[in-house]
Amino acid sequence: MTHIVLGYPSFEANRQVIRQMVENGVDCIEMQIPFSEPMADGPVILKANQDSLARGTTVGECLEFGAEMAATYSIPFLFMTYYNIIFKYGEKSFFMAAKKGGIRGLIVPDLPPEMSPDFFNYAKEMEIAPILIYAPTSTDSRMAELNTFADGFIYCVARRGVTGAKSEFGDDFNHYLARCRAATRLPLAVGFGIRNSEDVKAIIGKADMAVIGSQTIQLVDEKGVEAVGPFIAGLR
Amino acid sequence: METTGFFGNWGGSYIPEILNQTFNQLKNEYTKAKSDPDFWQEYIDLMSTYSCRPTPLTYAENLTNHFGGAKIFIKREDLNHTGAHKANNVMGQGLLVKRMGKKRVIAETGAGQHGMATATMAAKFGFECTIYMGEVDVERQRPNVFWMEKMGATVIPVQDGSRILKDAINEAFRDWVSNIDTTHYVLGTACGPAPFPEMVSWFQSIIGIEAASQILIQHGKPPARVFACVGGGSNAMGIFQGFMNDSTVELVGVEAGGKGIRSGRHASRLCGNDASPGVAQGYKTMFLQNDDGQMLETHSVAAGLDYVGVSPILSDLWDKKRVRFESATDKEVMEALDLTMKMEGIIPALESTHGFVQAFKEASQLSPDDAIIINQSGRGDKDIFTIAHAFNDPSWKEFIIALGSEYKKQSRKCSLEREQDTR
Ligand SMILES: Cc1ncc(COP(=O)(O)O)c(C=O)c1O
Repeated sequence: MTHIVLGYPSFEANRQVIRQMVENGVDCIEMQIPFSEPMADGPVILKANQDSLARGTTVGECLEFGAEMAATYSIPFLFMTYYNIIFKYGEKSFFMAAKKGGIRGLIVPDLPPEMSPDFFNYAKEMEIAPILIYAPTSTDSRMAELNTFADGFIYCVARRGVTGAKSEFGDDFNHYLARCRAATRLPLAVGFGIRNSEDVKAIIGKADMAVIGSQTIQLVDEKGVEAVGPFIAGLR
Repeated sequence: METTGFFGNWGGSYIPEILNQTFNQLKNEYTKAKSDPDFWQEYIDLMSTYSCRPTPLTYAENLTNHFGGAKIFIKREDLNHTGAHKANNVMGQGLLVKRMGKKRVIAETGAGQHGMATATMAAKFGFECTIYMGEVDVERQRPNVFWMEKMGATVIPVQDGSRILKDAINEAFRDWVSNIDTTHYVLGTACGPAPFPEMVSWFQSIIGIEAASQILIQHGKPPARVFACVGGGSNAMGIFQGFMNDSTVELVGVEAGGKGIRSGRHASRLCGNDASPGVAQGYKTMFLQNDDGQMLETHSVAAGLDYVGVSPILSDLWDKKRVRFESATDKEVMEALDLTMKMEGIIPALESTHGFVQAFKEASQLSPDDAIIINQSGRGDKDIFTIAHAFNDPSWKEFIIALGSEYKKQSRKCSLEREQDTR
């Protein structure tokens, strides 16, 4: 799975990046609707959020763009955003708009399930997967509790911290992934700090998906959209 | 399942999963401390030996005569160690940090008062300390930056977003999720995820407890009204709690009116119509945000009030109409500050002066039998550059220009010497 920030550097660039991702075999794309206070994001994605908003990106445009992508390609598309965007739009209206646009799941890092039963009811009713997050600090009982709310897959954060910085995939990590595996029957995606084919190799056999986030955003910043295709192809 | 931490519709704990365990630990320690009378006694002892508690309640006779209405009393939180009510919260959290066995503290700061207090606490208790401060605030509260660094804290200017208080809070959270095992985040106001709003208010309640008994001794009965400035809401919650159960006491929170409520350049959440319900920085409250839920730029001459959100407990008290909210403009603040300095020889912080503005507007409507209390949350020394600038003070300007050219000469000389050394 890959991650992009909508409207950064532009929707047109998002289109080209997504085309190259799909052509090179990405199986799922997480599209971040920018928020002014992205608390869980590191410098690269933070800056992308801010620049996108400074260019005038609106939630309405993001919903439209998501629908366009879902109609164009057959892989699943997800929205990732912070809870205020959905809360302010209206939870029900947001789910309806996402459903209409063919969006398959939502990732909301600052919404623990106990904070909004409605959100999870709408998710069930409209068949949009609420993707929940496991962290290395999650206890076994917390993982089990989260599993009762989750659907689609579980997003396993590889380490403490925010998006972007490098992760180590050593013994502690393997033990953590084994705990994740034991807590749920849903597929496991591993994200935060996955940058190259070696990182991807380190999780093959232990998890089902790798999430590439800051790395592609940085790549587009530095080398332009054309660099994305070869990068993705080289990960396998 | 954890559903506490709500005050009516507001509050909660909207945190990333990575923080879940840390918050459980914090909630446990807080709950234990709250039910342990020894903890509160330890806190009182610390505050009466390291800080200046109980702080006095000062009768402002000249201002009272000037306005010709209610007797004006000032609760002197400026006389705390480090010059503001912030110390109450920080020393309390410091005691909790010791109990949790953590070795590093971080904090956000706007006016720099909370950062100052945290840096002193860290120095006293032997913690490592990092302070996040918006770049704009670093500029306008330079004296506090200097002192924080001198006490051994690392001050990190935050360059993201609007580069003020809310951005410093985001950055502190980013640090915390990376260093949860060693670090406690000393949140500086009655905002953020549970248990912070309740916990910070608990430590600040010491203001209200003292004021309620002081006014009985000095005035013989409870005050008619109590005024406090509201940034995040901690000093207001602190003093209000002393009078919450007495419905004859009217509680008035004063927000930053900036350039005027109608100008759009202010930080008034509960007074005015510009805020709406939202969820950010881990809690639900009234936020200054646009229709998409993006936070707006705020404005105030007082860095400590220049914030998009407000305590969820105050949003609830606003819903219940227990607290009335007003606002004071930057201009009104400078006038009230001038008057207070000239008549009473007291220098309130720009934040605190917001409370004075509203009290001055209302004092003459009340009778001389009545008393009002203004919570002077802090002292104005930290604002010397901002205040001197606003008064356009000629002799201060000359002094700065002279000092500036002196430093310039010195640094030129230094770099010349360095050049010669390397040759
Ligand atoms: C002196 C002073 N008063 C008031 C405030 C505002 O905070 P609160 O509303 O939490 O009391 C600050 C914040 O920095 C401050 O330094």
